[in-house]
This record gives sequence, C-alpha cells and structure tokens, in this order.
Amino acid sequence: MLLEVKALHASYGPTRVLHGIDFGLDEGSITTLLGANGAGKTTTLRALCGMVKTSGEIRFAGKRVEGRQTEDIVRLGVAHVPDGRGTFANLSTEENLRLGAYTRRDKAAVQGDLERVYGYFPRLKERRRQQAGTLSGGEQQMLAVSRALMLRPKLLLLDEPSFGLAPLLVQELFSILRAINEKERVSMLLVEQNAAMALELADRAYLIETGRMVLSGAAADVKRDDSVRRAYLGY
Amino acid sequence: MTAEALLPQVIAGLATGGIYASLALALVMIYQATHLVNFAQGEMAMFATYIAWALINAGLGYWPAFFLTVGIAFVLGVIIERIIIRPVENAPVLAVVVVFIGLLVILNSVAGWIFTYTIKSFPSPFPIEPLFGIRFMSPHQLGAIGVTLGVLALLYAFFRFTPLGLAMRAAAQNPESSRLVGIRVGWMLALGWGLAAAIGAVAGMMVAPIVYLDPNMMGGVLLYAFAAALLGGIDSPGGAVLGGLVVGVLENVLGAFVIGNELKLVVALVLIIGVLLVRPSGFFGRVHVSRV
Repeated sequence: MLLEVKALHASYGPTRVLHGIDFGLDEGSITTLLGANGAGKTTTLRALCGMVKTSGEIRFAGKRVEGRQTEDIVRLGVAHVPDGRGTFANLSTEENLRLGAYTRRDKAAVQGDLERVYGYFPRLKERRRQQAGTLSGGEQQMLAVSRALMLRPKLLLLDEPSFGLAPLLVQELFSILRAINEKERVSMLLVEQNAAMALELADRAYLIETGRMVLSGAAADVKRDDSVRRAYLGY
Repeated sequence: MTAEALLPQVIAGLATGGIYASLALALVMIYQATHLVNFAQGEMAMFATYIAWALINAGLGYWPAFFLTVGIAFVLGVIIERIIIRPVENAPVLAVVVVFIGLLVILNSVAGWIFTYTIKSFPSPFPIEPLFGIRFMSPHQLGAIGVTLGVLALLYAFFRFTPLGLAMRAAAQNPESSRLVGIRVGWMLALGWGLAAAIGAVAGMMVAPIVYLDPNMMGGVLLYAFAAALLGGIDSPGGAVLGGLVVGVLENVLGAFVIGNELKLVVALVLIIGVLLVRPSGFFGRVHVSRV
C-alpha cells in the first residue's frame, strides 16, 4: 500500500474533527473520499500533509510521516491541490507552475514537464505570462492541478477539483485526471462533493460522516449502496 | 530661482534619494513578508556602518570592509529573525511593534556603549577630484547613485530570475501554498531579513560620509525612508525606489529654496501624514479590501 492511515485523529484547537479514521490507498489507484460538508474530508487531506495537529499513524510509501513538516512530506512526493486552489495570485501562470517543481533537482526535466502540463491544459500556455490572479476560476483550478503535477508526485491529493467549474469543464478535468493516472501511474486521493463523478473515476471509495468512516469498498459497490444513492447521488 | 541653481539641488536630491530608496526597499521587503514596518531598520544599518568603520580602522581596505560588512549584516539579519522575531511570529501586532522598538533601542545603546556617542567621520570610497569631468555633482554623490543603482539591479535580477528569489516572493504572499510546494517559509522570512539588513548596511555606508557616523545618524534617514515607502506604496518595491528619489529631490529643493535646511525633516513628516490621509496605498500600493 502506498498510503496507510490508522486511527487518525485531528483537531482545530479544542474542536475535534476526525475521530480515529482508518483507510488506505493502493499504488496506482484512485480513491475517493465522500461525505457531506463538515464531515472532515478537507481535514483528512490537510492531516496527511501535516497541516493540522493529529494523532494516530500515517504511513506513506512505508515511512511514518505523521508529525512531519508539510515541506518534508511534499519532498516525499505528495502533492496537494488545496481547497480554494491556493493560487499565487500576484505571480504569473508560468511562475506558479515553476514553483510546483521547486523541490526538484532535475531542472532539465522540469522544462519538459512544463510542456507536458501545457499539453494537458493548452489554455494555461496561452496565459503563461498572465498574472495568475486574473485567470478565471476554472483556469485557476487547472493551474492548481498542473502545479501539483509539476512535482511529479507519487500521490496527488485533490480537494474538490470540480468546485465552481461548469459541468463540461468538470468532465474535461476528470478525463484528464484519468489519463494522468493511467499514463503516469500517479495515485490519487480525491475529495468530492460531486459524488457521481467521483465514483465514476475512482477505483475505491470511502464515506466519511462527522469524522468517522462509515463505509468503504470498491467504487462500483459503493455506488449501488442504497444509503449512498439516496444521500449523495440523489436518486 | 534659476535653472542653474535648481539643477545641483535636484541632483544632490537624487543622490540622497537613492540612499532613502535603498532603506525604503529594505522596509518594503520586511513589510511584504510580515505586514509590519521594521522600526529598527535604521539602527540595524547604523550598527552595520559601525562594523565597517571598525574594520577599516583595523586596517582593511575600503572595499574589502564594504563587502565583509554586507556579509556580516546579512548574517546578523538572519540571526535577528531567527532569535528575536520568530518567537513573536503569531503575536498581536502591538507586541511585535514593541519588539521592533526594543531592538531599535538596544542597537542604539549597544552602539553607543561600544563605539561611544562621539561623532566620527566615515570615509567615502570615491575620489575628491571630479569623476568623469562632471563638475555639478560631487564624486560621492555620483558614486552613491552608482552603488544604489547596482544594488537595485542585483535585487531585481535576484527576485525576477532566480528560483530562490521566486520562492521568497511566493512565501511572502502565500505561505500556505508555499509550504505545499515544499518551500521552507520560515527560512525564506529569515533570508528576507538578511537581505534587508544587507541593503540597509549599504545605505548606511553610503550616507555616513554625508551625515557623519554616530548612533543616531539614521533617525532622520529612516523617517525619509518611511515617507518614501509610504509614497510609493508600502508593499511595492518599485514604488519604494521611486518614492525614495522623489522624497530626496523634494527634501533638497524645498530645503534650499522654500523652507530652509533646518526644517527639511518636516518634508518627510508632512509627506507621511499627507499620504496616509489622501492616498494610503501610495503610488503603486495595493488597496486592501477585507470582508468583515
């Protein structure tokens, strides 16, 4: 397993958000984490990156990473597309992308990767010199995904990549994510409100409710689960 | 007032303005990273200038002492950030301001204690005879402008074209996203302090031959630098440079022809108040809007 989480607790100050969750992610797979607003999905991703106080065990590629600095976890190959996109608004699109590769030492390959993400998202190439803060919401979302890819991550954490995107763009983005997963074997942990799309893309799914895992299984099985269908798929 | 009388004053203003611009730039750099104005910036520059003076007195040539001082100032700036500023990183604004003022008083007193309050002369590296046959400008003025422009060009190239410069800009504007791409934000802040201290050291060494060396030498200069940074927009490096030149020229011209040399400092104070009242974001500063 690429990622293994055991009894993970997390809290913001006195407010406890995660109450001991367990889950795992196979190398090369896409796993989705579903749940309502406030269930603890974003917190789970932030916990994996050392951005909140946690207790419990997080193993990434066999190494214990809980309690490590965010900067060090990134160096292990974990890229995070954060909630709210995390754009460097005053820097150009290309500078944003170069920052994604900040920790890499193979500078020659970075240039090639830049062209590669421009290949996935040609719009970003058109706007390479533009201030990133002036990009549209959809373009900034593509920029956030691209910036994460520039790390050449082993694991990509995606926090609501469909947020604020037009339905057509969501489909385009998800098909690109699938292509990246298949071609480059990047494992993904996807947090989504759009459960139908997420289950379509993912191999495995977990359902989180108020800080506890309540259901897990192959995405196809979870999709057929009655309670999931009523609560998250809406039919 | 004739153009012939005005021109030398404008040029002298540009020379001191360049020095104000450097110090204003140092203020802006720390402001961008911490959103606070470092009141101790002037005293840090003064202290560095004393170090240069001690090195020169110990027998070092001017330029070796100059570059060694810039290096020492950089290291001291990093150490100040790590030891004094870092523990109050998340403290309320007023607490940090008090720390800055404490730093100012400490540096001032320690300089007085070690080097005494007696006014000392500080050498200029530039010759007495006119440079390049230019007669309307003293060689030190010309040299100071050259050094200032050199510093600005180096800084511009560093921030614009190097990965480290890019990482420092990123860390200043979006610390959380910076961590997520692996930038060690804490160290970037410390580097920013080091650079600001190094720039201040250059400004101190350029201004000391004009104002003479004593522990209070930077008081006035820092006020002009504040005025310059505010005029340009406190979060705009380019604005700080332009503001410095404008303040230098205004100060000199008004001092020579309108209000007299004794009241020169008033120019800075009026500018500070005027900018804050009329246009708080300065020439190029960003207007901050926050949801409440």
